[in-house]
Amino acid sequence: MAQAPIPLANIPVIDITPPRGWFNLNFRELWQFRELAYFFVWRDIKIRYKQTAIGAAWAVLQPLLTMLVFSLFFGRLAKMPSGGVPYPIFYFSALLPWMYFSGALQNATNVVVGQQHVITKVYFARLVLPLSAVVSGLLDFAIGFVVFLGMMVFYGVHPGKAILTFPAFLFLAFATALGAGLWLSALNAIYRDVRYAVPFLIQFWMFASPVAYPSSLVPEKWRWLYGLNPMAGVIEGFRWALTGKGQPPSAMLAVSGGALVLVLIGGMFFFSKMEDTFADVV
Amino acid sequence: MSDIVIRAEKLGKRYRIGERERYVALRDVLARAASAPVRLFQARKPASPNGDPTHIWALKDVSFEIRQGEVVGVVGRNGSGKTTLLKVLARVTRPTEGRAQVRGRVGSLLEVGTGFHSELTGRENVFLSGAILGMTKAEIRRKFDEMVAFAEVEKFIDTPLKHYSTGMQMRLAFSVAAHLEPEILLVDEVLAVGDMQFQKKCLGKMREVSSEGRTVIFVSHNMGAVIGLCERGIMLNAGRIAHVGSVSEVVAKYLQLHAEQEETVPLDAPPRASWLKGGARLVWAKLQNRGKVGRWSLPFGASIELSVGFEVLRQFDRFEMGVSIFTPLGFEIMSSLSFHDVGYLSLPPGQYAFEVELPQPGLTPGSYNLSLGLKSERGLEDLLPEIVNLEVAASDESAALNVHHILAAIVLKGRYQLQRLGAVPCRGRTPSD
Repeated sequence: MAQAPIPLANIPVIDITPPRGWFNLNFRELWQFRELAYFFVWRDIKIRYKQTAIGAAWAVLQPLLTMLVFSLFFGRLAKMPSGGVPYPIFYFSALLPWMYFSGALQNATNVVVGQQHVITKVYFARLVLPLSAVVSGLLDFAIGFVVFLGMMVFYGVHPGKAILTFPAFLFLAFATALGAGLWLSALNAIYRDVRYAVPFLIQFWMFASPVAYPSSLVPEKWRWLYGLNPMAGVIEGFRWALTGKGQPPSAMLAVSGGALVLVLIGGMFFFSKMEDTFADVV
Repeated sequence: MSDIVIRAEKLGKRYRIGERERYVALRDVLARAASAPVRLFQARKPASPNGDPTHIWALKDVSFEIRQGEVVGVVGRNGSGKTTLLKVLARVTRPTEGRAQVRGRVGSLLEVGTGFHSELTGRENVFLSGAILGMTKAEIRRKFDEMVAFAEVEKFIDTPLKHYSTGMQMRLAFSVAAHLEPEILLVDEVLAVGDMQFQKKCLGKMREVSSEGRTVIFVSHNMGAVIGLCERGIMLNAGRIAHVGSVSEVVAKYLQLHAEQEETVPLDAPPRASWLKGGARLVWAKLQNRGKVGRWSLPFGASIELSVGFEVLRQFDRFEMGVSIFTPLGFEIMSSLSFHDVGYLSLPPGQYAFEVELPQPGLTPGSYNLSLGLKSERGLEDLLPEIVNLEVAASDESAALNVHHILAAIVLKGRYQLQRLGAVPCRGRTPSD
């Protein structure tokens, strides 16, 4: 029946075995599926904006409205210290990365369960799913960032050299979102009540991060504990990089960075350990 | 490993049943974890001992070897583990025990329309589905026109998928999957959806794929398709291998074990339409010359010999009996009336049986339904539409005649004669010139 048999010698053998052990990470495979990750991101964005009346404006409205509320209540009325920066700038510079983080977290939590019809039919590196969920939020971030630049011009705030470090902080925000997202998406696939806890978790996390207030509010001797929240360093760093004022990177950032690395690496191991069971439980 | 592309060794897959309806809640786990932190990080394992009723082995002790280029059919009842086996080979799920070795890129057609999203256009869905199934962007772009042409949806390719009819969606979905070009293709019952034309197109494409030297594993309930496409067969029963061998062997064994219909079908019980006269009533039906396999199965090319029992409740002067053959989708392809053979009958009340021989109807392999009717001078006395199922099985003859390329339900052996009219074709000349 075979007319032109494909030469077998060069094709590697894939072993299909029961899952065992902790070391399931396969970065080469993830690289193989990079195009698929791109397609998932593309699809998320397309679906989000198709047939919406407001569309891209939503990416801006959310942080903008929150900023207005914060400026009014925390700024004007509660008179939070802002280090000499106009309240809108103070809050928007923190809300921008925060909105990205919370959106990415929500998406990542739901992505494995949401894609169950694909996971149960085709094989691909499952890590692609939370990865693409976290990446697709970057577009909204970019739109919000453009608005932020406009605000900076409007208020006449000049960022100074610190703005050069901004890409590094963006990368840290991305890494934190990915780390937390990996934990949550794996947990949600297995224990379905996780996604009901996530909005509450995000609310709590926001108040534990220097979004509505500067980290200088936290007493010096407790700041290292505060820094165990990876987003603490990220948000403060964002604010500093974008406005040139506020807390420059310090020990707190180092602690945050360490916590971030732990969360990310732990998340990767946990996710890849659990991914073999996804098709069965989802 | 020579030319073996798939080797399975004692594959087993265990599923948890019963409690699967209730998803495990994190709070329960946290409560347990508070007393034993290590357990939190283990994959969910049952705390119960072996042999408990909350688990089933969907696959157990499954071992086989498949060589490059083979087309293997996997048959078995629903629940016998066919889909699970494909899922394990496709790496969608991991086995609980045993192991398999696979050599080559695997394309899995476990479902039609994997990854399709109704809000996106056809074009966007082709790219998305192609990427999910494993094609690179360059590959999709290269084959795009071909895929759209195969699905016959060129005009609508830029319309959102939700505006497509189901038929169009299926054609497009199958088209993408059919152009996968993997070394190993796993196909799971995709022929169960779609109309007969679509099914025959799918079969044709799969035959094309297998003739290119690719290995195909084909799961189906359609024995005709399995025999027409495959050389070897594997039969699964309750998760274990029941038989491995040549496809005709395996299909024969399967039909023997699992023929659904009784040899004599009772016709008394089904409800009748209220407008029927009811002066005569069908009682039973039987296939007289059934093939060696299956009780209501005939090999391709055989005549249909039916006997039907009925009772007559009053005197009739112009009585006739009729049989019609329908495709599974309800298209009546053939009708036969006793009146054409024996004219109208005059019948006093009593129990009767009629036998009818439908000579070599040329039905292509597949499943058909028969309708039976009794008619008199008053009108239709009794009618049971599409009441009896008849399976026409592929045979060596149908394979030799390449019957599967024919989309029609009936194959007629016409008599052909060739005459040479002249040396060079001249336009416009007919034999009368």
